Amino acid sequence: MNENSNLRISFYPHIRDKASTSRIMLDVAISLLPATIFGVFNFGWYALLLILVCVGTCVILELIWDLGNHKRMTIRDLSAVVTGMILALNLPPTLPLWMAAVGAAFAIVIVKLLFGGLGQNIMNPAACAKCFLMICFATRMNMFVYQGVLSTPPIEVLRAGGTVDLLQLFLGNTSGCIGETCAVALIIGAIYLFIRRIIDFRIPLFFLIAAVIYIGIYSLFTRGGIDMTLIGAHLLSGGMLLGAFFMATDYVTSPVSRPGRIIYGAFIGALVCTFRLFGTANGSVCFAILLGNLVVPLIERITRRKSFGKEE
Amino acid sequence: MSEKKDNIFRRLYYGVLKENPTVVLCLGLCPTLAVTTSAKNGLAMGIFTSVVLILSNLFISLLRKLIPQTERILGFVVIIGTFTTLSQLFLQAYFPDINEALGIFIPLTAVNTVIYDRAEKYAVSHNAALSIFDGIGMGIGYTLIITILGAIREILAMGTVFGYRLIPAGYSISIAALAPGGFIILACIIAIANKINGGRRL
Repeated sequence: MNENSNLRISFYPHIRDKASTSRIMLDVAISLLPATIFGVFNFGWYALLLILVCVGTCVILELIWDLGNHKRMTIRDLSAVVTGMILALNLPPTLPLWMAAVGAAFAIVIVKLLFGGLGQNIMNPAACAKCFLMICFATRMNMFVYQGVLSTPPIEVLRAGGTVDLLQLFLGNTSGCIGETCAVALIIGAIYLFIRRIIDFRIPLFFLIAAVIYIGIYSLFTRGGIDMTLIGAHLLSGGMLLGAFFMATDYVTSPVSRPGRIIYGAFIGALVCTFRLFGTANGSVCFAILLGNLVVPLIERITRRKSFGKEE
Repeated sequence: MSEKKDNIFRRLYYGVLKENPTVVLCLGLCPTLAVTTSAKNGLAMGIFTSVVLILSNLFISLLRKLIPQTERILGFVVIIGTFTTLSQLFLQAYFPDINEALGIFIPLTAVNTVIYDRAEKYAVSHNAALSIFDGIGMGIGYTLIITILGAIREILAMGTVFGYRLIPAGYSISIAALAPGGFIILACIIAIANKINGGRRL
């Protein structure tokens, strides 16, 4: 073989990509920015403080963990930042700071690091921490102050049988958790994620389709016809979009196979509606995602590809 | 292990650390999780179980030649049940409030797996002196963990330890007093114990 040969021998992989964990997490963080900014605009500077406390607690605790266990610096992959942001967006805007810090600590230390860090956690840290806070501090987690007045978030209004203004829900001028009120901001973030090909469309799509079908059937039986306003109001309120686009699509805790993702999305969507229509409304998305996370191994089992000619 | 190499210090060491009944053998978790809502309850339950464990270990060891191999479980039940009843009567007479607080878990000590495990694995095949120290070691190990668990849950849920306030009122994490909190904190203690023991050894 002469020196000038164009033939080169190299080992696989031959197709490479610049995607890395930190780049993906940065994209997720960017996609959460519209909702974050709107949350601060809607609820005031205290909301920003709450977000900073959550993110700060997550990052500092992961740093301490890495230093204490002589591990590689895992905070550079930005997953702690994303966990903190998602958790903060799921909190009511007047939650005391120490409660938010306890929630963030639970998310990072108990749910993520004790299971072995990013990629090993069986549950979504942010969703699990929200459920933890819902159980611990039920009173404060169900207390929503909007524009200085104690108010009921739209999802609770719906549950009580009232009606809500769809346009206001869409624009986000309502009470609720910091990041869940503005549907426009969440959709902008989701579009960014789709364009960057960070998330798979199957999980959110079937999540929302299952919810639409479920509420449609429910309204058929209870209100004598498919109530589009009710469906719209449920889709736009109570963190449904936040859960569908940003929490259910978490790489670590969602199925790998495509049919598995469809089952997983539809399962969570149906669960959310079950909780909302027959149980408690606040936090229903997080509880549903948590249950969805736990059945992922089973979903992976039934959707595993078989080798040709082999029987299970 | 042979009986020659075994000695009382080895028994104590194994009971407290190497074969700790709660965090290494994972035995008797039902009372461990149920009564440890406060450090005082945990300590009381630990001491109660230890007393029954030491006495039943002693008597099973003394009677090991008399108990037929095939009916040994029956023998254990009679001996352990006797000491549980005696200890409960003592508790009712002198510490009625603790008896009230621990409730059904006092009579349930008669079916505590820690005691049966030690009877089956140790007392039935070793002499009385070693069996007593096995009971003491296991009892200390059990009491230690159950008290620590109770103390942590009490700090988090009420801000106090043995009734002394450490954290100002209003900063309580109520989940610690509920079942999930018990499981999470016990799991954390088991993780730390595994780290100390250098990996899981069963």
